[in-house]
Amino acid sequence: MPQSEPRHTAPLSVAIGALGSIRSAIIPAIAIAFSGIGGSGRFLIAAGVALASIVIGTLVSYVGWRRLTYTVGEADIRVESGVLSRAARSVPYERIQDVSLEAKLLPRLFGLVAVKFETGAGGGEDLALQYLSQTEGERLRQLVRERRDAEQVAATDPASPALARPDADEGDVLFAMGPRRLLGFGLFEFSLAVFALLGGALQYVDTVTNVDVWNVDLWRGWLEEQGSTVARLGPYAQAAGALAGLVGLVFIGMATGIARTFAREWGFTLTRSPRGFRRQRGLFTRTDVVMPAHRVQALVIGTGLLRYRFGWHGLSFVSLAQDAEGASHVVAPFATMEEIAPVIRSAGFQLPDAATRWHRASKHHLTDRIVFDSTVLGLAAILAAIFAPFGVAFIPLGLAVLAAGANMYAWEFRRHAIDDRQVFASHGLLSPTSQIATRLKLHSVEIAQGPIARWRGYATVHLGLAGGEFAIRGVPIEEARSLRASVLETIASTDYSRLDAAPASNQALSAAQSGFSSNLAAT
Amino acid sequence: MDHSPAIAPAGLPLDDDADLTRLHPNYTHALRVQAALMAIPFLIAALVLEAVSRDAGFLPPGVIAGPVLLIALALVIRVPNRRYNARGYQISPDRLRVVRGLLWRSDTVVPFGRVQHIDVDQGPLARFFGIATLTLHTAGNHNASVSLPGLGEELAREMREDIRAHIRRESM
Repeated sequence: MPQSEPRHTAPLSVAIGALGSIRSAIIPAIAIAFSGIGGSGRFLIAAGVALASIVIGTLVSYVGWRRLTYTVGEADIRVESGVLSRAARSVPYERIQDVSLEAKLLPRLFGLVAVKFETGAGGGEDLALQYLSQTEGERLRQLVRERRDAEQVAATDPASPALARPDADEGDVLFAMGPRRLLGFGLFEFSLAVFALLGGALQYVDTVTNVDVWNVDLWRGWLEEQGSTVARLGPYAQAAGALAGLVGLVFIGMATGIARTFAREWGFTLTRSPRGFRRQRGLFTRTDVVMPAHRVQALVIGTGLLRYRFGWHGLSFVSLAQDAEGASHVVAPFATMEEIAPVIRSAGFQLPDAATRWHRASKHHLTDRIVFDSTVLGLAAILAAIFAPFGVAFIPLGLAVLAAGANMYAWEFRRHAIDDRQVFASHGLLSPTSQIATRLKLHSVEIAQGPIARWRGYATVHLGLAGGEFAIRGVPIEEARSLRASVLETIASTDYSRLDAAPASNQALSAAQSGFSSNLAAT
Repeated sequence: MDHSPAIAPAGLPLDDDADLTRLHPNYTHALRVQAALMAIPFLIAALVLEAVSRDAGFLPPGVIAGPVLLIALALVIRVPNRRYNARGYQISPDRLRVVRGLLWRSDTVVPFGRVQHIDVDQGPLARFFGIATLTLHTAGNHNASVSLPGLGEELAREMREDIRAHIRRESM
């Protein structure tokens, strides 16, 4: 198809821009209407301000739309924009990591999507087109992938027939969450964020209306009125009231969690196609992200204090591209290990199995942590014994015992392992977080030691991972050194430029490599 | 200077216990001048406080300026030497090892195959002493840039060329 002429984004984007300006005009208009400005004519002024900002907003959005064009070229995508000063940006296909489609509620009603070309630039300076029609977005994504793969195939050899298949999005569903699962997930996402929201709303009411929210007397009056009612009820009724309040709090927290989970994760589907992983989710804001499998640098399997007890875990991919909330892409937020295992295999990683030889953290590390924590809390106890009334000193002492127990329990999770291809590590206070990285895709290895660690003979091993952190703490120094030696042997033998070039042959290459390095280790 | 204990198992490819290459001797001088420049504002502040307290007359003379002067002297005379001794590097055909830190020791190895780009920087002080800082940038989040200060100017450029040649050879 002819791609050379510059195109505009969808004309309906102007309408969305105009609607956006209405939304931003409402608040100042209300503020003016309720404030003292202009006496009786203030409603007229408010309407005028609102109208003016809507007209200006619409005009700006129209001119912006007129002046923004994108060109799908042979080697790159170019976007020219700017009303007074023109800016032209070009992104070569080979630098585009993923193309993600995001449909917020309003654009979605018009059948539009925002298309984002993620280059992994890091600074959030990604190229985005707002808004294109759904079909145009899909077409663009398809096109970028074809162009990029064509370049890759030209650069290397057309090794795998899978790469040449054009129908990318038809893949197997690896993981999906139905409403029942979402409900369960929401229960664990207990959140009291709604109270923070309420506080914000109160602040807002305070600034817009004349009701002084922070007036203590107002609240005291209200409380005394209520308090005297409560005082008349007697101790049992008071206890029942407190209990009811607590239950209410838990209920609100759970309801918030469920609502947020449903909004964020509704229709969660992870599919695997020859080109990579594709994740769709969202109730109001529907996002559609594609991650090429060979861009996955490492895996993180996280869990929570409570959900771990019920066997639920979450899986994320660490890559250079940024996800909405964090650096890594969540690919299975709430799943059993049996459900996570196929996703991990599909990404070319392996879970540790029975043959994996785990190394624990140094016992000295555990002792030192306990000693450090109890020293701090012991000092607090001494201070409390001197200055505070009798009995207060037992609180830090009790905490010291608890901290020692928590440290000993955490030590159970603190371990690492290395095999031919991967490095595993896990840590956590009351529930484990595990990381799996490919040896080949690490960039540097650092052994760091503080004064105490040097004296006691352990170290922290920092592995340089693109898009994430990977640190193993409390490793006995000789183990840290042999770990570094074997990881470096793998890294040094393959150049960076060849990491991504041949994703299909990665497996074979690293297998051969691992043979080499284990030979070396054996000699 | 105490080195880390020698307990690496035998037969490993990386010689963790081999002697590190020392940095350029001028690096000590540069550190010393840097420490002196850092100390001057504190010394002035201490002298001002001293003058004020002498006027008020509630502290014996030298209680403030004395310790500050002692610390400054230690920082200028003793510490740069120790810091110099704690630092070192080791370069092999395919990797660079940088060791630094007096109390908090860090021992980093960067394989040349993962170097994204290379910098050689010189501040005014470093230029005066004829030394330079070599910085290797990697794609990892941790150790995104590993810098090796206190190399002779010529040596830093040579090392940059060597590493660049290695990168070019690998990516051909």
